[in-house]
Amino acid sequence: MEKTTLFDKVWDSHVVRSVPSGPDVFFIDKHFIHEVTSPVAFLNLEKRGIGVKYPERTIATPDHNVPTIDQDQTIKDKLSRMQVEKLRNNCDKYGIELHDLGSAHHGIVHVIGPELGVTQPGMTIVCGDSHTSTHGAFGAIAFGIGTSEVEMVLATQCIMQSKPKKMRISVEGKLSKGVTSKDIILYIISKISAAGATGYFVEYAGSAIRSLSMEARMTICNMSIEMGARGGLIAPDQTTFDYLKGKQYAPKGADWESAVAKWQELKTDEGAEFDKEYHFDAEDIEPMITYGTNPGMGIKVKDRIPTTDGMEGSNKKSYLKSLEYMGFNPGEPVLGKKVDFVFVGSCTNGRIEDIRSVAQFVKGKKKADNITAWIVPGSREVEKLAHEEGLVQILEDAGFKLRQPGCSACLAMNDDKIPAGKYAVSTSNRNFEGRQGPGARTMLASPLTVAAVAVTGEITDPREVF
Amino acid sequence: MAYDKFTTLQDTAVPLPAENVDTDQIIPARFLKATEREGFGDNLFRDWRYDTEGNPKKDFVLNDDTYSGKILVAGKNFGSGSSREHAVWAIYDYGFRCVVSSFFADIFKNNCLNIGVLPVTVSPEFIDKLFEAIEADPKVEIKVDLPSQTITLVSTAESESFEINEYKKQNMQNGFDDIDYLLNISDEIEAFEKTR
Ligand code: SF4
Repeated sequence: MEKTTLFDKVWDSHVVRSVPSGPDVFFIDKHFIHEVTSPVAFLNLEKRGIGVKYPERTIATPDHNVPTIDQDQTIKDKLSRMQVEKLRNNCDKYGIELHDLGSAHHGIVHVIGPELGVTQPGMTIVCGDSHTSTHGAFGAIAFGIGTSEVEMVLATQCIMQSKPKKMRISVEGKLSKGVTSKDIILYIISKISAAGATGYFVEYAGSAIRSLSMEARMTICNMSIEMGARGGLIAPDQTTFDYLKGKQYAPKGADWESAVAKWQELKTDEGAEFDKEYHFDAEDIEPMITYGTNPGMGIKVKDRIPTTDGMEGSNKKSYLKSLEYMGFNPGEPVLGKKVDFVFVGSCTNGRIEDIRSVAQFVKGKKKADNITAWIVPGSREVEKLAHEEGLVQILEDAGFKLRQPGCSACLAMNDDKIPAGKYAVSTSNRNFEGRQGPGARTMLASPLTVAAVAVTGEITDPREVF
Repeated sequence: MAYDKFTTLQDTAVPLPAENVDTDQIIPARFLKATEREGFGDNLFRDWRYDTEGNPKKDFVLNDDTYSGKILVAGKNFGSGSSREHAVWAIYDYGFRCVVSSFFADIFKNNCLNIGVLPVTVSPEFIDKLFEAIEADPKVEIKVDLPSQTITLVSTAESESFEINEYKKQNMQNGFDDIDYLLNISDEIEAFEKTR
């Protein structure tokens, strides 16, 4: 029998037909929508005079532009309010399940999908948001799409896609203390660059990946897009099944048994071929931080910003422009640099495990005076657990406050904006110019590193503060 | 929605040699709040184009009358980042019909094809040639010919071919979109859905 990869297995079983010298007609099991990239899709459906074909396959939540305080009140910003209202109306009109502001499962779309057990191994999942790749942690093919494609899925449950090439990234060995999955992915992106996986779908493998919790795996798959990949996935295993068992939408009883039996088959055959492979050693990974304006510009926290040696032409120009924006010089260390804001949250690191690690770290310590801290849970469920587990109390004792769920400062569509010129160390996924507010300077790091920065007020190696 | 047909385009071009131009630069998130598709061109490259007071920044290429045209010639890894189709709407709404680069981000390229902006991938050498030619003479014309899949620097007749899959090419030439195709095979999709 032909040896195939996990990716092939899931992809091939969702091809309705292949267009000769064209893309595949690709069937989508689950579709997530939010307030920003869906309104025009619904508008176009109306213009065409067609409806939503399989409303039960779509799930909605408002997350991108919602405020993270006073969520029980009307949204003040008129345009944001209109987008959220449009989403409500559209869900109502077409019978789409909506997890609205204030409801038990409201949250960032990529946080609530797994929490509800909607995300399952072997599925195809899309959303008008590039970090849909998060769901790949369950062994699903999940990726971001544009609004035209959102319209296609609503209208037909299919999109037209050419099959990407396959890449495997293996990380073997044991992670050192203080090193998290965020460091793994920042390390990988720094090695293969922000465009290094463009055109590929990535499978993450190896003992270091296997040892991670579901939350940590989601962080890795989440940032696949930051190296250009359409998505990334991890073969499901006992960790995956344990996480899903008992979740609201997970199969129950005998269905559960047969689902698990099927899911166990979802792995890459021994000897199956990839178009490209990378191997990394877990022991070489240390706490990471970015210093530039794309996620590939990352270094070990204790290292210096690279010099321009060996760079030339437009490459060098772009590099220097990026450093200028950040207010940094080639060759200088980042350790000890003053920081103004910290942001813990987003679909990369806004899950309960992340809040736990921050709380554990700051327990008995105090927030530095120069730091404004925004800690934003990824969902209501995370918020609830943080209260139940006493994490909120610990955070408050250390001078922090937990806000309400949403994308928040990850993309600064709401009021949570970092002011121009200020430095923010963030657990989110993008350090693009202006991403966290016009002129904002973002450095990406793990929740642990961010916690250390929050306590010292400057760029700090978390291993030095234990 | 079906869109403008694209066959050939000969025009001057606007150069933007920066690398890794991400979708947050093309259209910052705070301008994504519309619920319709119109008007995004005003905020194309907003933070590079205007200062915090909303005054045009003189040194940005879109504010420089020397350059104009329906073709945007861009640096490597153009369109990385978010899946927001708004980025392509902004490019289209501003008046561009074709973007040329030596390397595009995946989702961005898909989005372009889905609304009828032609993404043309050329070699790094050819893109450098284009940048040099435009710098030497901002009125230099570029011809993009979709049927023959070639892009030509008109002044020197230097030319390169580019790739596009046959299905997307037909769509672009005829102004069809994927939904037309999918709706036509809805029986087949329904049958498939029942097996899931
Ligand atoms: S948290 Fe950030 S990356 Fe995630 S969905 Fe929201 S805006 Fe996108």
